[in-house]
Formats: sequence, C-alpha cells, structure tokens
Amino acid sequence: MKPYAFFIGCQIPARLQQYEVSARAVLERLDVELKDFRQFNCCGYPMRNADEKAFLLSAAKNIALAERAGLDILTLCKCCFGSLKAADHLLKEDHEKRKEINRHLTSHKLAYGGTVQIKHLLSVLFHDIGVDTVGQAVTRPFKGLKIAAQNGCHALRPSRVTRFDDPLAPVMFDRLIKLTGAESVDWQMRLECCGAPLIGVNDGLSASLMQRKIDDAETAGARYLCTACPYCQLQFDAVQETTISGRGKTHMLPSILFPQLLGVSMGVPKIKLGFEMNRLDISGVDSFLKEE
Amino acid sequence: MILKPLFYASLFLFGIGFIYKLHTWFSRHVGLGAGDIGYGNRVFGAAKGVFRIFFSSRIVVLINSFFLDILVQRRIFQQSRLRWVMHMLMFWGFTLLLLMHALGKFIIPLLFGEYLPTLNPYLFLRDFFGLAMLAGLTIAVCRRYILKTPRLKSNGMDLYAIVILAVLMSSGMLLAGFKIASDSEFQGMVEDYADINDETEVEALTSFWVQEFGLVSPGMKGPFEADRLAAGRESHEENCADCHADTKWAFTGYAIARAARPIAPALDRAGAVGILWYLHILSCFAGLAYLPFSKMFHIVATPISLLIDAVMAGTGTSPENVVTRQALELDACTHCGTCSRYCSAMMAYDAAGNELILPSEKMVYLKRWTCGKDISHNALRAIREGIYLCTNCDRCTVVCPSGIRLKELWVRVREDLVQQKDPEPLVLSPLSFLRGLCRESDPADTYSEPIIIARKAVAGNFDALADKTGVLSLGGDRADRAVIDSTFFHCFGCQTCTTVCPVVGSFEDPQDHLGMLPHQLMCALGLGQWEMAAGARMIWDCVTCYQCQEHCPQNVQVTEVLYGLKNTAVRRVKKCP
Repeated sequence: MKPYAFFIGCQIPARLQQYEVSARAVLERLDVELKDFRQFNCCGYPMRNADEKAFLLSAAKNIALAERAGLDILTLCKCCFGSLKAADHLLKEDHEKRKEINRHLTSHKLAYGGTVQIKHLLSVLFHDIGVDTVGQAVTRPFKGLKIAAQNGCHALRPSRVTRFDDPLAPVMFDRLIKLTGAESVDWQMRLECCGAPLIGVNDGLSASLMQRKIDDAETAGARYLCTACPYCQLQFDAVQETTISGRGKTHMLPSILFPQLLGVSMGVPKIKLGFEMNRLDISGVDSFLKEE
Repeated sequence: MILKPLFYASLFLFGIGFIYKLHTWFSRHVGLGAGDIGYGNRVFGAAKGVFRIFFSSRIVVLINSFFLDILVQRRIFQQSRLRWVMHMLMFWGFTLLLLMHALGKFIIPLLFGEYLPTLNPYLFLRDFFGLAMLAGLTIAVCRRYILKTPRLKSNGMDLYAIVILAVLMSSGMLLAGFKIASDSEFQGMVEDYADINDETEVEALTSFWVQEFGLVSPGMKGPFEADRLAAGRESHEENCADCHADTKWAFTGYAIARAARPIAPALDRAGAVGILWYLHILSCFAGLAYLPFSKMFHIVATPISLLIDAVMAGTGTSPENVVTRQALELDACTHCGTCSRYCSAMMAYDAAGNELILPSEKMVYLKRWTCGKDISHNALRAIREGIYLCTNCDRCTVVCPSGIRLKELWVRVREDLVQQKDPEPLVLSPLSFLRGLCRESDPADTYSEPIIIARKAVAGNFDALADKTGVLSLGGDRADRAVIDSTFFHCFGCQTCTTVCPVVGSFEDPQDHLGMLPHQLMCALGLGQWEMAAGARMIWDCVTCYQCQEHCPQNVQVTEVLYGLKNTAVRRVKKCP
C-alpha cells in the first residue's frame, strides 16, 4: 500500500495530541505508512470567512506539496478534509482561479495539477484498508457499549464536493464502530452540527447546539460520543467540561476519538492512545471489553 | 595614544548598555496586562527562581541544556544542517578568536603558559578560526541575500550584524596578509629583535624571507643563489625562529600576501598595515560599544532564553517570572525566520501581503511596541490583523531555535489589540476558536466586547436598509456582486434552506436574532440587495454545516453564497478609514 501524506492540521498538534498519537498507533498496526510534511500549512478553513484567496492558496499549497511527492493526503480533521476538498473542487472547475493560484505557487516551486486524492481517516479505514482487514485486527471486541457516532458536517456535506458518504443516511462511521463490537446507536441529531465553528464567535449558540446533541445522544442511550474530528472532539470534551463549572451541569457525556476506540479493541495499550490526555474521563470503556 | 581612551570609552558604553538591557528585562513588559507587577517583585522573583533551580535536581537539566542547546546548538541542527554548519562556524570561530586572539594575552598564560601569537599553534589557529568565521559569514550572506530563503526577511539590524562582522574579519585577515608581505614591518622586526650588524647578513635573511615567507622587499627578487639562502636560513634560525614560526602556518594571511605580491610595495608605502590595523581595532571597539543595542546582543540573551526554556515549567511558574522572561525573549530573537518558514498562516501572507502575519516580523514589531515607540493607526490595524490571523498551531514555538515561547507572546498582545475599540472582523471567524476555548480566563464583559464591536462594523447600514417602512432601491455595487456565487438566481423561494438550518431552529423568533433568514438572503440577492444581505447577522451565525446547500432542490450553493457575503462584509470594514 502506498504511503499517505499525513495532514494533521493546526488544532491537533497544539490541543489534541491524543488524536495524532492514537491514529498513528492504529495505522501502524494496520501497516499503513504515513509521510510527514513539515511544509504543510493551514488547510485554509479558518480563513474562508474573511478571504477566499487566502483559503484557496493555503489549501492548494498543501495539495501541491502532496502532488509533488506523488502521494494522496490523509487528514484527521473533517474541517481540514472539507476545506481541502472544497479547494480541490473549485480549482478543478474554475480554470481562471487555478491559473491565479498556480501563479502564486510558482514562487514556492509548486503547482496544483489536481491529481491528488484527499481522504479522511475514516474513508482510508473503510475503503482503502477495508472493513475486513480492520475487523480482523479487532482482537478484544466490546460488548454492550453504546456509542453515538458524531458524523461531522464538513466531511458529509456538501456531498457533491466531499463524496464522503451518503449525506442523508451515512453508513461508514456506524459500520466502523460496529467493527469494534460496540453498538452505534440511532439518534435523531446524528447529522447535526456540533457547534464548534461558532466557538469564540457566538458561544451561547455554539453551546446550545452542542447541548441539544448531547441530550439527544443520551436519550438514545449512548454512553459515549465518538468523533473523528478535532473540532467536534474539543467541543464535546474541553468545552463540555467547562459547562460543569459554568452552567452547574453535573452529568457529562464523554467523547472518545475513533482511533482511541478502535485502538482499545485492537489491543493497543492505552498509553499509546493518549487516554489520559482527554479532559473527560473515558477509561470506563474498558469495562465493556468482552472477557477473554 | 588615543586608542586606550577609546577602548575604555567603548568598554564603558558596553557596560552601561549591558546594565541598561538587564534593567529593561525587569522593567519592560509585553502586553498591557503584564504591567502591574513591580520592578522589585520581578527582580526578587527571578533571583528566587534561579536559586531554586541551582539547589534542585533541575540543575541537571540546566547543565544538559548548556551543552546541547548552547555548545552544540541542537535546535538549529534540528531545523537545518546548513544553518547549523553556518552558526557553529561563526559561534565557535568568534568565541575562540575572542578568547585566544583578542584576550589571549590574559587567558592563555593562565592555561597554557606564555602567549606568543607569532608561534604555533596560535599563528595557525588564528587563521583557522578566522577562516571558519568567514565561511560561516559567507553562508549567512548567501542565505539572506543570494539564495533568498523563503520568507526570511532581512532588516537593517540583520545587515548591521553582517557588516560589522564582515569588516572585522576582512580587516583582520587583510592585515595579517599585508603584514607578511610588508618590507617595513620586516625591517622593523629585524631592528627590534635580531642581533645583526652585518649588512650582507640582513640581505641574506631578507632573501630567505622573500623566498620562503612571502615577504616582498623592493629591489629584491628571486631566484636567489643557494649560498645566500643558506646563509639567510642560518641567520633566521639564529635570530627569528625562536619567536616566529613559518608564515605559511598563517595560511590565509600567507595566501593574501602571495596574491598581493605585485601591489605589496605600493601598499607598504601607503601605510596599508597601519590603516588596516586601525580599521580592525576600531571596528572591534564599535562592535563592542554598540553590542548591547544591536542584534549581536543575542549572544547574551539567546543562551539565557534557551536555558530558561529548558528549566521553566509551562504552568505553575510565578507570573512575575513569565513577564520577565517575555521581556528577555524579545532580545533573544535573532530574526532568523524559522518561525515564518513553518508558520501555518503563511499563505495568508502570500494572499494579502501583510508582512505582520509572519511571526518573525511580529517579533520586530513587539520589540518596538514594548520600547514605547509610537505606532500609527494603520500600522496598528495591520499588526492586529497579523496577530489575529494565526491558527494557534504553536508551530512557531516548537521550531524556535532560541527557545522563545512565541505562542504565549501572541496571547499576551492579542487581547490588548482586540480591546482597542476598533473593529476586527477576523474575530467573527474560526480563528477565534482558541480565544473561545479559553474564555473562562477573561472577564465576561471584556470577552464579548470585541465580538460586539466587530458585529456592529460588519452589519454596516443593515438596520437602515432593512427598515420595512423605507423605500427599497434596486441595484447595488457590481464589484461586490462579482465575488458572490451566482447560484442564488435559481432560488424559487421554497424555504427549505431555512427549514433545515440548525441556527434558525435554535430561536423562537429567529428573524429578530438573525436579521434575515437564509431564504430571505437569497431573495435579497436576487433583488440586488448585496449590501443588506452582507449586513445580516445570519451570515456570521452560520455554522457552515451545509445543511441548506445539501437540501436545496435548486442546487443553490447557499453556504458558499454566505461565505461570499462574509468576504464582502470584511472587505468593506477593511476599507473604512
């Protein structure tokens, strides 16, 4: 299998190292080789509000770097994924913009040609490695563990651009969760936004979007939320934690990153999955492991 | 001699400057919030911190860092091999020249016995270290001015550092070379040190030096007779060899002497040796006197910054020491540009051209700001944008070879800059993510203030334009229209976008909160109301979840249209004086 250009983005190395650590541990078990690029920069997502050109240039440079190395991109973040996909789509359709962007990239000795595939961790696991292989790697399956899968907006939609999964009835994440032996509960708000894009902009609205999701997941009987995006995870982990002090809430619904969940079921030691770095305690997943 | 007073004057200036710099480490502060801690507290806090480290196990960490970070400079090695070679050549070349060549008279006798610069190993080592230094300097010039390393900006201070070192090195090397070739220098030495009265012996000795040691003596040209050379060698061994090694050991000087052979007599007559000697000495004095105020002060501040970084914990450090450390870090920055090379937001600099997006350039500004220099309104805007256009990936801090915690500096000033009542539209973007995550640490009212001000600015004339009693004028600015995705023309008003919008669904009375709902925005655009649409609160409360766009039966790119509107509004705010 060809190695992937590993795109970890900005939030993960600074605030969510457990995502990188656990993803590396799991992918190593599955014999996936990752190549690091020091010259990767922001995916462009946070700049889209203010300046389309900054967004396009940022995204295109990353794609061009992977293209020069002849590799496909593997992202952990769904917002990075969405942003790179959006830029890729735009540059494929709009030749004027492509020319303009390439003019800038020349000074970096790069060019966007549009040959790179942009993939998210989940699609690599599901399509490239394949459910059979992943399933075989699960040696300690969970039993009776109910998980609410957080699908994440920027991978699912706009589906015409992201081509990630069925936008109205996605199956990929549920099936991946089921591979670990856990049950992926059906919950009404599973396709809704976690609220993270409004953190720092409209915190009240952001928190209420988050809380509605958490309440719904709890009603559906989930013991944990499961994410595959740093923004969703930070919202459900770090921000939810602040609601203990801020809003007098006593009960929490902790969120586990998918590679952490998968890693445990594959028998990867918890220290290699960064469990202790989560703000809300997730060590309870252990009690759902089937006795051997 | 005028030199002695000059030397003491420059030493005095250096001393005063040094003390002044130490003083600024305890008196200056980065960011307004840090100004409350008193001078005494900071000095006492630093002393206590140093004391604690020296008498704890952390001393091991400190010693380890001294070897690896300062003597071996592993952080530069991790960044680039070429830069490491460059800096090691300069660092060790300079340090050893300083100890052996400049201060050799005092230091060598303490360690190795008598110091005679004309004997080996000193004669050889002087040129060896000098060449190392020159090689490092050449790489530095190439990197900055010829190879054009990406985003490595060079300012006046960088140029000064290169020029002063170049003058120092080239004057020293040429001096050594011309001295070897100089006949008057040679005759002077013969008079001073040799015990020869015989005219033919002097001639023989001179011939020997011309033949062997690169001397250029007027009217004396080889090839010489073997007898004469033999006599010269004998005389040399008797009179000179005890105190003067073969000049070929001073290999750069010897090479220069050979190269300068045709012009050596003229140079000698013009007193080149004296001129170069003065140039060399005076550039030393100038460099010394100006050192505390120049980039060269990094030779003091950077090692301290590296040691502090090794032993200072991220959390739990007393606040006064953090403030002191930050003041010191401004001096430790060598403007090497590593941070800008790996900055995640670098392409925003390419797109918009605001240099202050690059961390290395922000540091230059921070230095000026903490000195209390005035900054114009426009510059302040550019700085605020530069500081805010940061994805908080912390990479600058990870890669900094000087151990500066840049991310903490940004946090310190970001809040000051956004609190200045002037709207910063970037506050309304996901770039606010970290500020939002850390909001517990800010007082509630000051936290919201910049958001409120920015919202007001991006709203523009929305209230007047959306006034239902007023007359609606059709049209709008064509330039703004160009950046907005034109698919809104396909909207037939089914309101699906509004129905599926989670933001709209969060309110009992959404229109009061959001100004306009998604389908109304599409309708307004259809009527040419760009300005009204770009002022609606809705576009900034959009979570960009793409539900609207996904569900639109007409394939209107609703979310993309909203992005276009946001871009338009930001541009309008930026255009305001």
